[in-house]
Amino acid sequence: MKAATWRGINEIGVEDVPEPTILNSHDLILEVNLSATCGSDLHLLGGYIPAMRSGDVLGHEFMGTVAEVGSGVTRHQVGDRVVVCSFISCGQCWYCDNQLWSLCDNGNPNPGITEALWGQSIGGCYGYSHALGGFAGSHAPYIRVPYADRGAFPIPDGVPDERALFASDAAPTGWTGAHQAEVKPGDVVAVWGAGGVGQMAARASMHMGAERVIVIDRFDNRLEQVRTHIGAETLDYEEVNVVAELRERSGGRGPDVCIEAVGMEAHSPGPQYIYDQVKQQMRLQTDRPTAVREAIYACRKGGTVFTLGVFAGLVDKFPLGAVMNKALTLRGAQQHGHRYIPEILDLMSRDEVRTEHLATHVMPLDQAPKGYEMFKNKEDGCVRAVFTTQN
Amino acid sequence: MTSTLEHRMTTTLEHVATLAARAGGSVVRQVRSVLEPGALPTAGAAVEPASRWLVVTVYRERAEIDTGNLPAPLAEYGDEIEVLVREAADAKGTELGARLRTPPPSGISGAAAKVRGDDPRAKLRSALRRAKQLLEVGEVLKVDPVPHGKRSATPGGLVLEAVTRRADREGVL
Repeated sequence: MKAATWRGINEIGVEDVPEPTILNSHDLILEVNLSATCGSDLHLLGGYIPAMRSGDVLGHEFMGTVAEVGSGVTRHQVGDRVVVCSFISCGQCWYCDNQLWSLCDNGNPNPGITEALWGQSIGGCYGYSHALGGFAGSHAPYIRVPYADRGAFPIPDGVPDERALFASDAAPTGWTGAHQAEVKPGDVVAVWGAGGVGQMAARASMHMGAERVIVIDRFDNRLEQVRTHIGAETLDYEEVNVVAELRERSGGRGPDVCIEAVGMEAHSPGPQYIYDQVKQQMRLQTDRPTAVREAIYACRKGGTVFTLGVFAGLVDKFPLGAVMNKALTLRGAQQHGHRYIPEILDLMSRDEVRTEHLATHVMPLDQAPKGYEMFKNKEDGCVRAVFTTQN
Repeated sequence: MTSTLEHRMTTTLEHVATLAARAGGSVVRQVRSVLEPGALPTAGAAVEPASRWLVVTVYRERAEIDTGNLPAPLAEYGDEIEVLVREAADAKGTELGARLRTPPPSGISGAAAKVRGDDPRAKLRSALRRAKQLLEVGEVLKVDPVPHGKRSATPGGLVLEAVTRRADREGVL
């Protein structure tokens, strides 16, 4: 079968790969209908997460139709339309049982890599480097889904594929940020980044009763999507002083909750960006934490800052003094999607969560190199390139 | 005056150091007594295996773990390892520890074993992880053969492959 693969830094290929087979009794094989690009793929593409091997199949946000089930699968049958959580979690360990699914003890067959990096290993993820298990991704006609009874979710009738697709990663990641940051009624929430995850974090915050939700970005088309499809306020950080604007919009206090949905390749105007770029390119830091710094600076005293964007390793000039003296709560997580996907699908079925606008560019899988280029460079207003795989 | 002060400081520091050593020793003994019920080091400590315990917490009741019928990855070791089993606090499951009876190589030979990839403790680490999966899930998660395209023979890729081959055995555990 043809699959979109990582060939090297800034190089995507479309090449023949073997079809997946069932390896564990809890596996299913999914015929992929739609598979999305994700901002976190760009960190792989740019070589910022150096655990990709040439030939690795990319893609971790996907939905499709069950093509085959292992002998231990009880909740799914061939022909079911399902969406699959991007994280691979067993459902049997303490972390899964405590709803901290991305921290699964058993979902990553390569725990030594992340234990060396972070002290502990987390669960696995499709198409997201050998550090997170080395699993094949979803930019292919077929994908193996381990722990299928836990990670695959039936899509309610009436929810279109283009909407259900984002219940795989963007929406539950947003829900993870808002919920784990403990957004509550009356809160002012600021979200850095108006991509798919940032938009969903904003939508989740509104769903959880936030009084005001303000999303920060620099791309007009994304900010327009936030206003039109999410219903949140926006700030263009190239046009205004973000910290001052947030103070004004929060009664002089600062946002109660600041959610960072940008990650390790943050951009900002001014010399700080150049400094971070130079240090990152010289491998003196692995990640550019510009948006995290601003979130910490903007957050109200005693508030919460949540890092939802993907970071890999070490950052420089981290404002620990502000964290300590302002008594901030600093949290982060990959998505605990298994916890939120059923609720999100229900909300999708009632039109309370709409995501199809994120799929600005839908194209056949053999155009994946072009799709990634458009996505990376934000060409033609690309928010997400989505690949159809059955043609 | 200065010498008196120095003497006092020295005496105080020695006192603190002695207390710290005593406290540290006490803490170590207490931790070991918890971890190793009935196996406190004694005058015969010289024969105690130098290998430290490798421990995982299995999310299963203590009664569900039969030390006489351990999962295959640990059972295969037979008398080569000691095993401890203890209920974890706060309903976190059961702590399952293992250590080699024969001390693993140390110093240069130990470092060489790690480089060669035949550190016996690394193999035991992998066995513990697989035992935990068998107890919790019933089978060990596989990833290979994984579908992939052409592998280019780049230096970085070869290093990554070498790291990945050993990633189930390495780590902090």
